[in-house]
Amino acid sequence: MNDFNIIDYAPIGIMFIVAFGFAASQILVTQLVGPRKRTATKLMPYECGKDPVGSARDRFSIKFYTVAVIFLLFDIEVLFMIPFAVAFKYLLDQEKLSGVAFGTIAFIEILVFISTLVVGYIYVWKKGTFDWGLQARAEAREEAKQALKERKQQAIRDFQRAA
Amino acid sequence: MEEILKTAFPLIVAVVGCSIAFVIVMGVVAYTVLAERKVLGWIQGRIGPNRVGPWGVLQPFADLLKFIFKEDLVPDKSTKFIYFLAPVLAVTCAMMPMVVYPFGPAITTIDWSFLPFGLGEGIRQLPLVVARIDVAVLYVLGVTSVGVYGIALAGWSSNNKYSLMGGLRSSAQMISYELAMGASVIGVVMLAGTLELNGIIEAQSKSPFRWYIIPQFIGFLVFLIAAFAETNRVPFDLPEAETELVAGFHTEYSALKFALFFMGEYINMFTVSVMGTVLFLGGWYMPGLSHLFTVGSIPYAVVSFLIFMVKVCGFLFLYIWIRGTLPRFRFDQLMNFGWKFLLPLALVNVLLTIIVVYFLNS
Repeated sequence: MNDFNIIDYAPIGIMFIVAFGFAASQILVTQLVGPRKRTATKLMPYECGKDPVGSARDRFSIKFYTVAVIFLLFDIEVLFMIPFAVAFKYLLDQEKLSGVAFGTIAFIEILVFISTLVVGYIYVWKKGTFDWGLQARAEAREEAKQALKERKQQAIRDFQRAA
Repeated sequence: MEEILKTAFPLIVAVVGCSIAFVIVMGVVAYTVLAERKVLGWIQGRIGPNRVGPWGVLQPFADLLKFIFKEDLVPDKSTKFIYFLAPVLAVTCAMMPMVVYPFGPAITTIDWSFLPFGLGEGIRQLPLVVARIDVAVLYVLGVTSVGVYGIALAGWSSNNKYSLMGGLRSSAQMISYELAMGASVIGVVMLAGTLELNGIIEAQSKSPFRWYIIPQFIGFLVFLIAAFAETNRVPFDLPEAETELVAGFHTEYSALKFALFFMGEYINMFTVSVMGTVLFLGGWYMPGLSHLFTVGSIPYAVVSFLIFMVKVCGFLFLYIWIRGTLPRFRFDQLMNFGWKFLLPLALVNVLLTIIVVYFLNS
C-alpha cells in the first residue's frame, strides 16, 4: 500500500500535452502543406460515385442504443469486481492472521454479487437484446413464405385461365 | 534558481521520459506497418514493399511524406469542429497509456551524485517506466476506451452513410468486447493482488510456470480475442469492411487526418500487446537472466528491455499472421459471439479463479 503522491500522476498530464500537441500539429501541417483544389463533386459525401441520396443524419437501429445501455450496466459491475480482486488475497491473509472471517465474508459477498449479475444477464438474454438479426431473419422468412404462397396461387390462377 | 529547479525536477524527468517513450512507440509502430506489409506479402506469395531503401526500410517515412502532401479534404456537409476533433481524440487516447508501459526493471547501480544542486541525492533507482501509478491496469482500460469516442464522432460528423454505419458498428463492437476484456483481467489482478504493472510482473517473476498464461489460460484466450476486437483488427475489422462499408468511419478522411486514425489503430495494437505481455507472459522477466547479470545493473535492464520488446513483437506478429489467415465475421455473428460466448466465458473464469484462490488460501 503506497502513499498517494500527486506528482506520480504528473506524467499523465505531460503525456496528454505531448499527444494532443502531436495530433494537433499533424492536422495543422496537413492543412498548410497539402494542395487545395476544391470542386463541388469532391466535397460531396462519398457514395460510390453517385449523387448522395438524403442525409446521413437519419434514424438507425435501436439495437445499438440498447447494447450501449446494457454495456454501461455490465461495465460498472465488472469495475466493482476489480477492487475486490485487488483486496481478495490480502483479506484472506488477514483472516489467517486475525481469525476474523474477512476473506470468507468477501467470498460469499462476491458470489452473491455475481449471481445477481447472472440473473440480470439471463433476463437480458431472454428479452432478446443479444439477438442481432434473429427477428429480422424471422420476418424475412415469413415474407418469403408469403411471397411463395402468392406465386403459387398466381400460377394456379394462370393455369385455370389457360384451361 | 536552485529552488525552481528542485521543484521542477520531477516534471523535467517526466517530460524526458514521455519523449523517450513516445519515440520508442512511434518507431515500433512505424515498423509494425512495414512488417505487416512484408509478412502479408510473404503469406500471399508476394515480396512486399522493397523499393524505398534497402529491403524497404525507409517505407514508413515515404508513406508519411505522401500523407503530408495529399489534399486534406473537408466535406461540405460535415460538422467541422467534431470532424477535426475526432482523429485528434483517437490518437491522443491511444498514446496516453504510454506512460505506464513497464519497459524494463529498475536500474539501481547508477550513481546520480554528478547532477548539479544535489538533485541526485534522493534518487535510489531509475525505473524504466514513466509514471509509477498503482492503478495502471484501470488507467489503461479507461483511457483506451475513451478512444471509442474518436471513432463514433468521426463516423457521425462526416455526414456520410458509410461513415455513420462504420462508426456505429465500431462503437457497438468495442463496448461489447470491452466487457469481456475487463472481466478477463480480473483473474490476473486477483492472483497478483495489485493493479500496478511492475507489481504484476514481479508476481510472475519466480519461474515461467508462474506466468499467468498457465493458471489463467481461459482469461488469456478471452483477452486475446477481445484485444483483436478492441483494436478493430481482422477477423473483427467490421467497421472497415470494405466490401460493404467502403472504408467505414474514415471514409471521408484523407491526408494526415487519415494517418492519425491509422497510427491510433497501430498504437492501440501495441498497447494491447504490452498489456498481454505484462498480464500473461511475465513482462520483461526471463528465467535465468538474474543468474547471468547482476539484478539492477544496466546490462540486466537492457537485456530485459529487449526480451520485453521480443514478447511484444511476438504479439504483433500474431496480429499480422491472423490477418493473413482468417476471413471476416458477419456483424450479427460478432455481437452474438461477444455477448453470448465471450462474456459468460470471462465470468466463468472469474468465478473459477475466485473459488480456487479461496480454497488454496484459507
